[in-house]
Amino acid sequence: MTVVLTPTEQFDVEARDGLWMAAVDAERVTGWTLKPEGMCRAELCVPLPASVTNGTEVDVEAFWKKLGAPVIASEARDVWALGAPADERNAALEGLQAPDFTLPDIDGTPRSLSQLRGKKVFLATWASW
Amino acid sequence: MWQQLYAELKDKGFMVVAVAEESRGADHARPWIEQASSDYWQLIDTEHRLEDLYNLVNVPQAIWIDEQGRIVRPPETAGSTDHFRRMDLETRTMSPEDQAERQAARQAYLDAVRAWVDTGKHALSADATRAGLPKVTPAIAEARARFRLGVWLRTHGNTVEGDRQMNEASSLHPDSWSLWRQAADLDEVGKASGMEFWKRVKALGDQPYYPPPKL
Repeated sequence: MTVVLTPTEQFDVEARDGLWMAAVDAERVTGWTLKPEGMCRAELCVPLPASVTNGTEVDVEAFWKKLGAPVIASEARDVWALGAPADERNAALEGLQAPDFTLPDIDGTPRSLSQLRGKKVFLATWASW
Repeated sequence: MWQQLYAELKDKGFMVVAVAEESRGADHARPWIEQASSDYWQLIDTEHRLEDLYNLVNVPQAIWIDEQGRIVRPPETAGSTDHFRRMDLETRTMSPEDQAERQAARQAYLDAVRAWVDTGKHALSADATRAGLPKVTPAIAEARARFRLGVWLRTHGNTVEGDRQMNEASSLHPDSWSLWRQAADLDEVGKASGMEFWKRVKALGDQPYYPPPKL
């Protein structure tokens, strides 16, 4: 099994030759669906060259790089991190809608920023280090 | 840290969300959180997700978000100042003048939060907020992915490679004190504020460690 880390999740998938995986797994990991037009999300499709798909599998490493986003592999190529594209992060922030997130509190209860709609929120970081 | 502010303003539709950027995990943050005995949200962010989403570089930084979920102040230093850079490293103390100035700056920041909650003052226009957003570059995006992989490798026992990924992340995004200090802390508790830290702070020269908020 290969471990794929996205900014918010971890997936264990069957992959070969790097990140070649079944289209259904590629969708689970990336949120993009393989269609005849290419990889699609909502209204948007990114055409894929024949070197990146064989019709049933997708080379997620090549696809992710095509999106202009970082792909980092461990030395043993068994753990991969897919980063968010810089453009996507900038567009989200420039839209000024505060990006939602879900994080646990000290007891493990998940809390989401979106639960606080209707209040003014002072969102602050700290650390022990 | 924010309990007094929260207690004062909570009945005016105000909430504090304090996020611990803490790759050592909840148990490491617990003593501080228990000591703070706060009743706002205290969340644990082992992967530094918030820093990825909001393009943050240090702690404490704060973002102000209005009732519609819109950012009305970009990330900025939340009440801390650079006076610590002049402290006596032997005794770890600041001069009384510096302590007073530091306290006054913190007070001014807290007063700004109060004014925002009471009257909406200090909320910036959309253009001014956008102008204050630091840009995510491809190097920063890669740094985030390497940091994520580094934390994962470390928590799964692969310390050497985890460290290598985290060091690369820090080189790709040298402006982030969080990436550097978190990696130092994982290496050894206390290292994040040790000799190497002070060397890095000194190397800033005239550049701020905590850029003051533009209130």
